Amino acid sequence: MHDLMSEKKNIKFPEDALVLVHRIMARYPPGRQKSAILPVLHLAQAEFDGWLSSPVMDYVASLLGIKPIEVYEVASFYSMFNLKPVGKCVIEVCRTGPCWLMGAEDIVTYLEKKLGIKTGETTPDGMFTLKTVECLASCGTAPMMQVGEKYHENLTCEKLDEILGEYRKNTEDHISHWAKDKIKSKEA
Amino acid sequence: MARKLLLENIDVPGINSMEAYRAHGGYAALEKAMRMKPAEIVEEVKKSGLRGRGGAGFPTGMKWSFIANPPGVPHYLICNADESEPGTFKDRFLMQRKPHLLIEGMIISSFALGANTSYIYIRGEMLYVLHILEKAIQEAYDAGYLGKNILGSGFDLDLYVHPGAGAYICGEETGLIESLEGKRGNPRIKPPFPAVKGLWDCPTVVNNVETIAAVVPVISMGGDEYAKIGIGKSTGTKLISACGHINKPGVYEIELGLPVEEFIYSDQYCGGIRGGRKLKAVVAGGSSVPILPSDLILKTPKGEPRLMSYESLSDGGFQSGTMLGSGGFIAMDETTSIVKNLWNFTRFYHHESCGQCSPCREGTGWMEKVLHKILTGHGTIKDIDLLWDIQGKIEGKTICPLGDAAAWPVASAIRHFRAEFEEYVKNPSKIKDVKHYYRLHDMPVI
Ligand SMILES: Cc1cc2nc3c(=O)[nH]c(=O)nc-3n(C[C@H](O)[C@H](O)[C@H](O)COP(=O)(O)O)c2cc1C
Ligand code: SF4
Ligand code: FES
Repeated sequence: MHDLMSEKKNIKFPEDALVLVHRIMARYPPGRQKSAILPVLHLAQAEFDGWLSSPVMDYVASLLGIKPIEVYEVASFYSMFNLKPVGKCVIEVCRTGPCWLMGAEDIVTYLEKKLGIKTGETTPDGMFTLKTVECLASCGTAPMMQVGEKYHENLTCEKLDEILGEYRKNTEDHISHWAKDKIKSKEA
Repeated sequence: MARKLLLENIDVPGINSMEAYRAHGGYAALEKAMRMKPAEIVEEVKKSGLRGRGGAGFPTGMKWSFIANPPGVPHYLICNADESEPGTFKDRFLMQRKPHLLIEGMIISSFALGANTSYIYIRGEMLYVLHILEKAIQEAYDAGYLGKNILGSGFDLDLYVHPGAGAYICGEETGLIESLEGKRGNPRIKPPFPAVKGLWDCPTVVNNVETIAAVVPVISMGGDEYAKIGIGKSTGTKLISACGHINKPGVYEIELGLPVEEFIYSDQYCGGIRGGRKLKAVVAGGSSVPILPSDLILKTPKGEPRLMSYESLSDGGFQSGTMLGSGGFIAMDETTSIVKNLWNFTRFYHHESCGQCSPCREGTGWMEKVLHKILTGHGTIKDIDLLWDIQGKIEGKTICPLGDAAAWPVASAIRHFRAEFEEYVKNPSKIKDVKHYYRLHDMPVI
């Protein structure tokens, strides 16, 4: 309990992210700030280790002036939000029909073998989490996967080796979809 | 060479910038539109015969004319950039390469609809495209195309991009509106339709990316000229995203009415089937539309060549036709397992069902299980009949069309490929080691 409280106190967006949050909220008419929930949750996930803990969601609720339950029910509906801790690098392999036709199953099997984990798990060193996702609108370059904001297309096993090697060299914190740096430098 | 209206200049370096886009005639349609009256723009769009490119093919001009006008209530235009229909990747391609075309279309359409605030709802996974759009929007503000008193017309418009977060159902227009309001993407019961009560209960139009982009050529060439392209009530050009076992997957702009055979086999488009193999089946308009075996996709039931148009593709109804849908064209060669592909699609719909209606929530899961049973060699003939029965009990009995979208692939696969389902049931040992699909370096199976 004590731990949770002290953890809660430390949860705060850095100043530049807060500026961005307020700019996002201003995109919706007065009284409709709840609409900012998805972009702000993306930002929160990027800022706080790649996943949404309940203290983080409570914090987002307080920023938007809504009840925590309103944030929980949204966060649990959308597949991009991780409600459990994840590795620094989340690999999202498309498994839907068109990618399957081109061998998505092989891609998943190869990654599971190579990383020594099952889909949905994180490597013991905390480097990689493996997820499967639905069609990412890149079916013409199947099989494909997404890491952070980047699409890796026309995958083969050799290409996977290369890509994993690159991400192993990653010294950043978490690789996220939101690419906060880009947004912050532009908007802040 | 086919006429290009949307993909024109797509390969020009830097065409994603304001400078290059304008140097190639960009924003001329906007200048023209701002000298017209909103009602005149709606009239041109009506005359063009343009139909919604998001899947349903509803006439755009008519949809626009339904917008209610209660005094003192704002109107909203939302661009549906949620593109999640398996097999569809045209909107992402267009936004990434020619973001200004969409923005120009958004400004013209917002003006026509009297919307002073508009949103582009983009699927969250495409956040990198969101950055491209935001950059282009900033350029449009700087050029005076957005903001206050656009081109001296007295018309004000703010345009924002809003990200989703991974949910196919947010592509359904009322699910999208709920999501934009900051809620779960549960579709609403209609009526009221969004044109009367949409975003924040205000009159709202939701249009697909390609539809809004197509408004630009409609205005620059005039509705009557646009309507001359295409065939019958399928006017204009359509982006087709082609994938699966073809030699040249990609996004193609076709004039509606192109023969399917030419689309699949000519070098200008798909370039034929990989490895010279035989075509087995096609899903012509995104995963939701009925699958057709090769003979029926190439020819109508009357034996005429099948064309890429709303009418020709649906010729024969559900017995022997399909739909143009979103233009997600998925080709499957002779090595493909229809049963396994169907299981995968059904798994997708089960995963994406929002859960509000029991026929959809329970039915999709049940069909997934029965298909898995058949696929793993434990099925019976009765299971095939059961599948048929379940899909029939979903179709038309749900709040939104996701239920139908889950039912149609099952119905059509059984209708056209029942023998293959029976093979799985009668000879389970034969399917034990089958990989069910083919990659270039694999050995052929079955
Ligand atoms: C489950 C479901 C998913 C949909 N997904 C999309 C989508 O990703 N993009 C889209 O433009 N329309 C999608 N639609 C269609 C929309 O509800 C709506 O008809 C469309 O955005 C209207 O635009 P249009 O008239 O310009 O086609 C979907 C419909 C359903 C039922
Ligand atoms: S049909 Fe399915 S997705 Fe649509 S509202 Fe009902 S449960 Fe939700
Ligand atoms: S099926 Fe994988 S990107 Fe469409």
